[in-house]
Amino acid sequence: MCRRHPAGAAATIYLLALIAVGLAAEVVAPYPLGQQDLRDVLSGPSGSHWLGTDTLGRDLLSQLLYSIRPSLVATFEAMVVFVAVGVVFGILSGYLGGAVDAAISRVVELVQSIPAIIMILVVLGVFSNSALAAMVTLGLIASAGLVRVARGSTLAVREELYVTAARVSGVRPTRIMRTHVLRGILGPVLAQASLFAGVTLVFQAALSYLGLLSTGNHPTWGGMIGDASQVISRATWPLIPPGVAISLTVLAFGALGDALRDIAAGQSSAAAPRPVSSWTRRADIARGGDATVLSSEALLDVRDLSVAVTDRSAPTALVTEVSFSIWQSETVALVGESGCGKSLSALAIMGLLPNGVAMSGGQVYFDGSPLGAGHPESFRRVRGQGIGFVSQHSQASLDPTHTVGSHLREVVVRHQRMSWKSAKEQAIELLEQVKFPDPKRVMALYPHELSGGMAQRVNVALAIAGRPKLLIADEPTTALDVTLQAEILALLREIQQSTGLAILLITHDWGVVADMADRIVVMYAGEVVEQADIDTAFSRPRFPYTLALMEANPTTADPGSRLPTIDGRVPPPGSWPEGCRFADRCPYRADQCTVSSLPLRVADTGSLSRCARVTSLVQEGVLPK
Amino acid sequence: MRAAAVLRLVARRLAWSIPLAVAATLVSFILVALLPGDAAVSLVGQNASLEQIEQVREDLGLHDPVWTQYGQWLSRAVRGDLGDSMVNRQPVVGQLNDRLAPSMSLIAGVVVVATVVGVAIGILGARRGRVGRVVDSVSITGLAIPDFWLGLVLVVAFAVHLGWFPPTGYVPWSDGIGPWLRSVALPIITLSVPATAILARQTREAMSTALNQEYVRTLRAAGIGEGSIVFRHALRNAAIPILTVVGLVFVGALGGTVAVESVFAISGLGRTAMQATATRDLPLIQGVVVYFTLIVIAVNLLVDCAYGYFDPRFHSRATESRAKSLRLGDL
Repeated sequence: MCRRHPAGAAATIYLLALIAVGLAAEVVAPYPLGQQDLRDVLSGPSGSHWLGTDTLGRDLLSQLLYSIRPSLVATFEAMVVFVAVGVVFGILSGYLGGAVDAAISRVVELVQSIPAIIMILVVLGVFSNSALAAMVTLGLIASAGLVRVARGSTLAVREELYVTAARVSGVRPTRIMRTHVLRGILGPVLAQASLFAGVTLVFQAALSYLGLLSTGNHPTWGGMIGDASQVISRATWPLIPPGVAISLTVLAFGALGDALRDIAAGQSSAAAPRPVSSWTRRADIARGGDATVLSSEALLDVRDLSVAVTDRSAPTALVTEVSFSIWQSETVALVGESGCGKSLSALAIMGLLPNGVAMSGGQVYFDGSPLGAGHPESFRRVRGQGIGFVSQHSQASLDPTHTVGSHLREVVVRHQRMSWKSAKEQAIELLEQVKFPDPKRVMALYPHELSGGMAQRVNVALAIAGRPKLLIADEPTTALDVTLQAEILALLREIQQSTGLAILLITHDWGVVADMADRIVVMYAGEVVEQADIDTAFSRPRFPYTLALMEANPTTADPGSRLPTIDGRVPPPGSWPEGCRFADRCPYRADQCTVSSLPLRVADTGSLSRCARVTSLVQEGVLPK
Repeated sequence: MRAAAVLRLVARRLAWSIPLAVAATLVSFILVALLPGDAAVSLVGQNASLEQIEQVREDLGLHDPVWTQYGQWLSRAVRGDLGDSMVNRQPVVGQLNDRLAPSMSLIAGVVVVATVVGVAIGILGARRGRVGRVVDSVSITGLAIPDFWLGLVLVVAFAVHLGWFPPTGYVPWSDGIGPWLRSVALPIITLSVPATAILARQTREAMSTALNQEYVRTLRAAGIGEGSIVFRHALRNAAIPILTVVGLVFVGALGGTVAVESVFAISGLGRTAMQATATRDLPLIQGVVVYFTLIVIAVNLLVDCAYGYFDPRFHSRATESRAKSLRLGDL
């Protein structure tokens, strides 16, 4: 805790010290409890009175120290009730569910609807200003909040495998609750209890300030503030020490609670990937001379694009040296398993990389002008009007609080400089273009009222509203069922034919590739391993990974035979091997594959391949001639 | 379609608020019945004559069982009669109605100030990492300072030393907007500090979440400007959690009036509650319970209606986000 939560550690030390001083107040305090000195009233800080004196000449520092104990006692009383009631009813509610849960939830809602302060005032009125009664009431009312937290945590723990296993194997529910559930919810409960301790302290101070708590003549921080408030026109200093003491202690409880919550939450989260500076050896990587194939006449020209995590001390490469071009009316498919950097490459082109991830090298040209770093305005000009974007999650891609019409009209207004009113016609036309039979009705619908296929068509309409020249479609049909897939692909093809739109299609579906693409770019572990036109790629792949991907395609596999799969998985960024990144999973691996980094080279088919053994694999007949 | 759904929700909430109000008053009623010893004796004092005590018993209906007493009280309460104060013998309802305006002036001011400032700070915090951390630490500090103490410090600084504001007292509207504003400025600032802190923190969280949603990427990709993305889209999606907290801030400020009205010697509901407790004026306390409960119910209803306005899917979402929030403001 000390290293990762300095504030939490400091708070713990402060609170422990406070408890110690509070318990030993008689020993530590420079003056006896309540000793007055009427010759020395309302004096400022001095050698004999470090914090000065009050109206009766009592030493403020001593008063402050004697006040710790009642504050801690009050906090403790409220906390015991808070935790006991909150945990017991929270676990019962979460674990038993059903009628018990419903009943407890109702009571919780009821208790939370009554302002705590007013109930405490009633209790104080009835129980002769008893501090204990007030604190018990506070704990009781506030425990409703903890019931909710404990219930939520219990529900989460209940679903954990080990608890299910214990339940199935016949361990008694009370035992499960005592051992497993209680341990699982300890973190959140401790965090809430610490935050509540701060609330209690302020409450106790406010009530003693108002003089509603009977404390005998024992000083309290709130009471000290009350005394000081009587004389603020004569002296303001006595107001300060108790206020600062309360604030600091509440702050400490808050910091401790935050640290406990972080620790409790951190136990379940996975460790972050280790940073490796592999991307810095970019310059060492031999460059395929054939990169000159790329031409600035292309609509989109991506050159040596690299993307890295930048918000850690050592950057981790996610995409390295990706180059490809797209011409007008052309469809290029970017293929590869998940985690190969396809989407990141696409997002980098549009300047839409998530926070903490950035383009770390290379250039992107669109329509002849550079995009990206050093050209902050370039993206604004290009997004929507130059390049449109459709993503995989059709519904999540639409703002749930706006209607379809509102989305479309905003984009139309943005790109075609027309009024909100006249944009309506345009929006309806766009919906007609994406084959809605009843565009007027669709205009008024909210995203949650659309089916996945409808939502995706709306996304296509949004993407083409600015009449872009290039459409980037990131797995546009992956989340849809087969008939809808075909519908969306047909729609894209039709739009392409009528407008000359170029499409960058990101997919791992070979059926979609065969259906749509003119060329494919195969990516593996952050780099391009093969680039070829579609017929060549299908008939004569020149990289073992491409071959393996095609064999693993369910639509072309032999019926009745076991579907071939690629053993192993894509190495995560930061743990890419030296040399060929596919080598670990490649059945044809040889020593030369893992020695040094490999450039993209022109193969016999005219394709670009990164395979070191491409010539011998063709001769051996592994790759078709 | 949406209007009907909102109406249904409001109707359901209204129906639920009836048992709620009954339960709140019943709890306080039973507490009073539990009063140790003889209520009448403790009320009139040990030195009162037997006749006086008997008179008080008669007044309180202490000879009847609790349920009967409560039934009688309730049947009068629904007709707008909450009895008479035991201290000054004035009708409770009339007294509390007079105290509504000062308290509502404060609370409305707090809600406006905290919402405007808190949401603005929260949006700034969500946009930039370092600002976000500053917002977090400042808001923790804001929450740690006890409001009544902050009020006193403000009085010392701005009323006693600088003389910019009157140190205490409330000036009604009718005496002019300027004097009214000057009289409520310091208490509003006092109560706004923790409220703003909570709102800034919640807004920052809600906005960060909203700005990381996929639709934000879609909108950016479609060329929509940052201004529209933040205010037209993200803020509207963040509105539900923010509204929930605005409701909590209202209720929190209502509770805060107890101490802060006392600091500023403003005769509002909070100070009345405090005085009624100090003088053990049970009918008046009971009346304050009724007023507080009704105000909280009304605020929750308003928040529910606002959910319907801001989110077309409020039906499922509203209950969910309410369930998530620990109702700090109630404390």
